[in-house]
Amino acid sequence: MHRILEKQQLADEVFLLRVEAPLIARERKAGQFVMVQADTRFGERIPLTIADANPSEGSITLIFQTVGKTTHHLATLNVGDAIPAILGPLGRPTHIETFGTAVAVGGGIGIAPLHPIIQALKAAGNRLIVILGARTRNLLILEDQMARLADELIVCTDDGSYGRKALVTEPLREVCTRVPAPDFCVAIGPPIMMKACAETTRPFRIPTVVSLNTIMVDGTGMCGGCRVTVGGKTRFVCVDGPEFDGHQVDFDNMMLRLRAYKEQEDAAHHQCHLELELARLERKPSA
Amino acid sequence: MSHPSPESLRREAAAQLAALRNRTLTPKDRLTIPPQPMPSREPTERIHDVQEVALGYSPEQARLEALRCLQCKNAPCINGCPVRINIPAFLKAIAEERDAEAIAIIRQTSLLPAVCGRVCPQEIQCQERCTVGKALKDVRKAVSIGRLERFVADVERESGRFQPPPTKPETGRRVAVIGSGPAGITVAADVRREGHTVTLFEALHKPGGVLVYGIPEFRLPKAIVELEIETLRAMGVDIRPNFLVGRTRRLEALLHDDGYDAAFIGAGAGLPRFLDIEGENLVGVFSANEYLTRANLMRAYNREQADTPIYPGRNVIVVGGGNVAMDAARMALRLGAKEVHLVYRRTEAEMPARIEEIEHAKEEGVQFHVLHAPRRVIGNAAGRVTGLECIRCRLGEPDDSGRPRPVEIPGSEYILEAETLIVAIGNEPNPLLPQTTTGLKADRRGRLLVDPVTNQTSLPRVYAGGDVVLGSATVILAMGQGRQAAAAINAFLAELPPRKA
Ligand SMILES: Cc1cc2nc3c(=O)[nH]c(=O)nc-3n(C[C@H](O)[C@H](O)[C@H](O)COP(=O)(O)OP(=O)(O)OC[C@H]3O[C@@H](n4cnc5c(N)ncnc54)[C@H](O)[C@@H]3O)c2cc1C
Ligand code: FES
Repeated sequence: MHRILEKQQLADEVFLLRVEAPLIARERKAGQFVMVQADTRFGERIPLTIADANPSEGSITLIFQTVGKTTHHLATLNVGDAIPAILGPLGRPTHIETFGTAVAVGGGIGIAPLHPIIQALKAAGNRLIVILGARTRNLLILEDQMARLADELIVCTDDGSYGRKALVTEPLREVCTRVPAPDFCVAIGPPIMMKACAETTRPFRIPTVVSLNTIMVDGTGMCGGCRVTVGGKTRFVCVDGPEFDGHQVDFDNMMLRLRAYKEQEDAAHHQCHLELELARLERKPSA
Repeated sequence: MSHPSPESLRREAAAQLAALRNRTLTPKDRLTIPPQPMPSREPTERIHDVQEVALGYSPEQARLEALRCLQCKNAPCINGCPVRINIPAFLKAIAEERDAEAIAIIRQTSLLPAVCGRVCPQEIQCQERCTVGKALKDVRKAVSIGRLERFVADVERESGRFQPPPTKPETGRRVAVIGSGPAGITVAADVRREGHTVTLFEALHKPGGVLVYGIPEFRLPKAIVELEIETLRAMGVDIRPNFLVGRTRRLEALLHDDGYDAAFIGAGAGLPRFLDIEGENLVGVFSANEYLTRANLMRAYNREQADTPIYPGRNVIVVGGGNVAMDAARMALRLGAKEVHLVYRRTEAEMPARIEEIEHAKEEGVQFHVLHAPRRVIGNAAGRVTGLECIRCRLGEPDDSGRPRPVEIPGSEYILEAETLIVAIGNEPNPLLPQTTTGLKADRRGRLLVDPVTNQTSLPRVYAGGDVVLGSATVILAMGQGRQAAAAINAFLAELPPRKA
């Protein structure tokens, strides 16, 4: 059982939970994730990135958007409640080096997994250009934390409600044309954004790492449900990744695979929203 | 096909038993007793749920079947059993209605009789050697040793008489067991019995290994596995689910920092192999592991309650010829597929699956395409599977495994239509432990190298057994290796000075 120590709502549909997980907090490194199960009888197992960890307190921080049954359920939990099963840390840690200048791009909820990577890149002595993107102002998360770590911060929104009205690829291209060009790029966000970022950096030959969030069942290499094609080879995201060379990933296939259960998920999502709304209404009188 | 009802089988057996009562049976008499069929549920009924298919012998059938045993002096069956159960002795006990004694005889060497009685490939083990089968010139007419093993194990479980074995006084020595499949369960029990402290680490949220995530309920009810796990708990084994050794904690840290005196790796062979053909990452292609894990472990068969979805497919193709392929094919039927096609490169004679599973699959309507090899997965614009291109084969010269090699017949390609393709062509050990443990040696296919007698790995204090050593093998071999490793671990710990817990 993992007790919840802190809960915050960061944006519409985006929540932060700091939970007790001493073993995971001790071992985890930037780039790793956990499998979370809100109910061990019938619940699904879902991957969530470890956004931060505090080994001395024995806690990890999870940030998630309410997209499915489990995330909606997690959003109804409060400080003092517990999550029954968290497995991790999983996946290979980010390969951190002193590259020189690194440009880090985070889109939407992808800003959460970017956070520990930026911490590690900073600690390794890199100069950091951080580009954050969100659909609209109130979906932007972790801006303050990122501002503290970044040497240069560029924020954009799709609708122009905050920062630049642009897609993240626009400032990314500009940064790539600077002299000297950045030595390294990491991009995390929706698949389509990662694909666009990889295409942006490709002509500049800037090594670009992306972190993939595919459908997973076990997270330990047992099912192959998370597989993607990278450089023409089949790789398992949960054990060979989650980070891969963005210039080698077959994003089109990955995006198709992500939609495998779309119909079932849409039906469940509608149901979840109603349940979350109900939970909110039920809590109101006592609050 | 229609099965005689369990009740009519019972009545028939009772009548025959009465006719044999108080007679001294000659070998010839015994050979004329008809082999007892397994009472089974009707195929048309059973494919709509996941409940067990084989119902088990009635006491009358069990007595009659046990009487077929000739009590051969040289007991060839014992040599066919990987853990050398004293088969003639337990069969005699059943024939004489001493069921408690029968199960006690089995338990001297086997820890999981209710499981093995159901899933062992008896026709290539004990029953293959059985003199009765040889005399009747048909291995299917051998004494049904496995069904009788299941019978006494079920009698014991249902009577509630089973008691966890006693444990010796605490030694204070600690052993980490990694993986909770049959190998890990066996080691945990055998080491705990000697009074050592045992922690059983399991990556998944539910212990049991393949017995829980792979083999479906309709073949092995999960309540049986749960009882084995409960027995370990009652013996004082500390079970830690959601703990992936190598990631949650490295093996070296367990041994050097956390005070474990020895470790056993029973991590299985969980990494699925794919076909390496065009289109296999299309939407609708699954490893059997994924399909079965969704259905069993995540309970997707229960659509009302389970959150984990299963991909809908009217037509399902399964590639492979082992137990895993049969389980996937039969599960697909239960999850609503209208047609299930099984594609296998060789003939039925070479299929590694248990005969009973092949028969059950056919009865349930799985369509077999033998001597057909997959060539390419075909998909539509949305990236979803629409079919599998296959090619016909004939059998050629034997390959390294001694089985005839399938040879493709040029120009015989054709397309089998389906929305779902399940790949069941084998698994390998997960490379995580060798990757994260310095000096832990594995072969080219990821199987850990061990000493053949002690099952010690390339590292001191670290032992391994089961599928992680053998590649995809069997429950009984995993248990046998577990026994062997546990004996070596106990011997190693006995040499160390005792310590207070
Ligand atoms: C679908 C299917 C049907 C089968 N049918 C039959 C049959 O009819 N008859 C038969 O005899 N055999 C059958 N088998 C094979 C049989 O199940 C295996 O040979 C047997 O289970 C192997 O036992 P094991 O203990 O070595 O490993 P497993 O049962 O595979 O258990 C290994 C366990 O270790 C866990 N694990 C792995 N790595 C780690 C780690 N690093 N840290 C913690 N835990 C870890 C895994 O999650 C798993 O639970 C079948 C297999 C499958 C998949
Ligand atoms: S999630 Fe199952 S193998 Fe990656």
